[in-house]
Amino acid sequence: MNATAVLPQGAGKPQVQKEDAMWLQKEMINRNYHELATARERGHKVAATFVPGNLNELLMCFDFARSLPETNALQNGLRKKSGKFILDAERDGQSEDVCNYVKADLGMMLGGEIGPTGEALPKPDILLLSYTGCFTFMKWFELIRHKYGCESVMLHVPYQGEGKIAPNMRDYVVKQLKETVIPALERISGVAFDIDRLRQYMKESTKAEEDLVAVLQSAKHRPSPIDGYFGAVYYIGPIFTAFRGTPEATEFYRVLRQEIEQRVRDGKGPITPDGEMAEEKYRLVVEGPPNWTSFREFWKMFYDEGAVVVTSTYAKVGGVYDFGFRHDPDHPLESLAEYCLGCYTNLNLPSRIDMICRYIDEYQADGLLINSIKSCNSFSAGQLLVLREVEKRTGKPAAFIETDLVDPRYFSAANVRNRLESYLQMVKQKRAAALAAH
Amino acid sequence: MRCFVGIDLGSTTTKAVVIDENQNVLGRGITNSRSNYDTAAAIAKQEALVNGRFYLFRQALGNTGALNGALDAFLGQLERSFRFEQYLEQLADLESTCQRNVANARFGDAASSVSSALAEVFKRLSAESAALFAPGAKPKSDFFRDIAGSQYLATGEVVAKESGIRYDFLLNVFDRSIIEVENRVYGDSIRRHLLAALERTFLMMPDTAGRRDRVEAPIKGILDMPMEETYIVGTGYGRARLPFSKEHVRSEILCHGLGAHVMHPGTATVLDIGGQDTKAIQVDPNGIVESFQMNDRCAAGCGRYLGYIADEMNMGLHELGPMAMKSTKTIRINSTCTVFAGAELRDRLSLGDRREDIMAGLHRAIILRAMSILARSGGIRNEFTFTGGVAKNEAAVKALKDLVRENYGALTLNINPDSIYTGALGGATFAWRAVVEEGKTAEARS
Repeated sequence: MNATAVLPQGAGKPQVQKEDAMWLQKEMINRNYHELATARERGHKVAATFVPGNLNELLMCFDFARSLPETNALQNGLRKKSGKFILDAERDGQSEDVCNYVKADLGMMLGGEIGPTGEALPKPDILLLSYTGCFTFMKWFELIRHKYGCESVMLHVPYQGEGKIAPNMRDYVVKQLKETVIPALERISGVAFDIDRLRQYMKESTKAEEDLVAVLQSAKHRPSPIDGYFGAVYYIGPIFTAFRGTPEATEFYRVLRQEIEQRVRDGKGPITPDGEMAEEKYRLVVEGPPNWTSFREFWKMFYDEGAVVVTSTYAKVGGVYDFGFRHDPDHPLESLAEYCLGCYTNLNLPSRIDMICRYIDEYQADGLLINSIKSCNSFSAGQLLVLREVEKRTGKPAAFIETDLVDPRYFSAANVRNRLESYLQMVKQKRAAALAAH
Repeated sequence: MRCFVGIDLGSTTTKAVVIDENQNVLGRGITNSRSNYDTAAAIAKQEALVNGRFYLFRQALGNTGALNGALDAFLGQLERSFRFEQYLEQLADLESTCQRNVANARFGDAASSVSSALAEVFKRLSAESAALFAPGAKPKSDFFRDIAGSQYLATGEVVAKESGIRYDFLLNVFDRSIIEVENRVYGDSIRRHLLAALERTFLMMPDTAGRRDRVEAPIKGILDMPMEETYIVGTGYGRARLPFSKEHVRSEILCHGLGAHVMHPGTATVLDIGGQDTKAIQVDPNGIVESFQMNDRCAAGCGRYLGYIADEMNMGLHELGPMAMKSTKTIRINSTCTVFAGAELRDRLSLGDRREDIMAGLHRAIILRAMSILARSGGIRNEFTFTGGVAKNEAAVKALKDLVRENYGALTLNINPDSIYTGALGGATFAWRAVVEEGKTAEARS
């Protein structure tokens, strides 16, 4: 007997399902890599900068091509390339405890700086550090500066220790922009600063921000038309990176918003890689970044159980817009300062707790899940306290799982699934008990 | 009668509990998980049902008064005889499996002498077997693999020497065969073995033979009564392997929380230390889980930690606790890594520290880790229930008591002698609730 199964022609991996906007988003991200790869030949200088507090509109005023090292690392994680990079960086002397975004980036450099799409990334002309709440960022750029001998410029952003932005904090940042950052960018790019150009980009930003907020807040509907964590990762891609302030981003968010609003009218749930999610059984708020190396597998653990993440703090990591902040073309430098000061990881713990409690209430969530990242202190420090406090204040159950950003060794699927299932069953049991009590 | 079954498929052992319509525990069964959850679940359940029959025998015989005064002795003998019958069947099976495997092994010219040596080994094992189940004999383990294995290894070595064949041939055959044998369930033999055991018991206790009719009738009556598995709930690491739908599966967090509540209704905080995880669970007054924390990324401080140490010390797992209780001096051992603890242990020994004191330090290290997981989950509230395999270890319990008193003051600490069955009891209670309170019926796996 011939035991070899004959597969029908063309039968391969099932096609992954995405919304139209998700495909568009992927094209945009890939295009930016191509623009980076060809920046030199097109006569553009290259800036590297980080997602939180990024000054994309400002960099565009000087015609810089923009590279975002964390995005490179996460894209390499999604494309299963980060594991080797991390090992290479460790062999090069980086300790096991160093942030894995850093190691993935250093490993990529060691391998000749071939970017996630396979095109070589250019050596940056300037490193713009515009958010100093993450100490690792500073050391990361120090390493890159050392490696490439390129210039760096630092914007010191005070921490919101008191839970608010005081006027002197804003003035301090604006002063640095005027006296340090803008002159440096002018000098390196050879382009003179034009504040009206900045205002023009900001007008685009504002429109896109308005639409992004509408998309993220659509999850207040039942069923939620989006996943506010796994799905939101696609939505935030353009605006948190090199596209904020561009007409393409504005168009992307306009189309995305239409698509999502249509889903709301149709009463549809989120699109997952396996198609539209069936019944919405659990609504969760998630704190902490996702795992990228097993992103689909991680997501699947949620939608297989009927769990949708209605909102997440990670979807605010490149800008907390849902409480009203918008870039303001009438006060461009001041609003850049406020943007940097207001980034999620720059909030103190009481503010983060308030935000999560508010989310649980406004999005009618069943509880909070924290994905704690081994190598990310910006997010992880204080998370147990956050968990305890949110449980106490909302009376909703919370749970804690631990994975990593881009180190595949730190994703233990069996353990993560076990905790997630236990958590969801706990939510279900508590809900049943609450119903019985009424 | 309608029965409700909970099965807890742990990493080391699989446990089952059967309860009746009034939530009385009828029986408990345990077996090694043997990396085959299907078999482990079937055997644990079968053991629990057999144990349930014994419970019912006791009830029925107690009601008739036929064995006045001799009931305990009679049932004790009946159970030993039953285990003996089971053992004989498995031993015969092991022998024929071994012989079959010799035929297929590449022993070349040695095959026939290995085969004769095997026959001799099994002849001696059979001759020795009665002693294993004699009154007063304490079996080293409840599991066939362990009992037959230790006999086989000892006897095999002697026979190999006598017959001039290589001992490792015998070991090779055993290793291959035991896996096959322990994955058979022998479900059809239960009734036959019980009846044979009954005859054996009458022979061993001639006084009772005179009351044969009055004893036999209730036992046969119970044997003829079907114990219907009305609903089963599975939990534990192997739960996804259970042959029924998702409706029948609960996380071990929920099951341990509920099981602890059923055992000790005043329970507010549960600590469970199992083979590969440590769970701290907070439950409300109805046994509903409010929050939980587990060890993450690393299983140091779990049951396997002690297993590893036992291996390092070349001791049995159950010998560690009693040894630690003899400690007179405090020694601190790190608790963050099992393997490092092993290294530290050897280091301490070379420095001349006493094994007893080092053992006490290791037990304290486990509990220290549990204390931090408890703190993460919201601390310890009154009453506090300790469950899982490690709760059977007196040195671990002592360390826990000391640390709880130091950190939380005087609290009620519950440790149930059947605590290893907590998860399975929770599962059985969920099964009972599903049918009796929620009107559900069993669903097959889709």
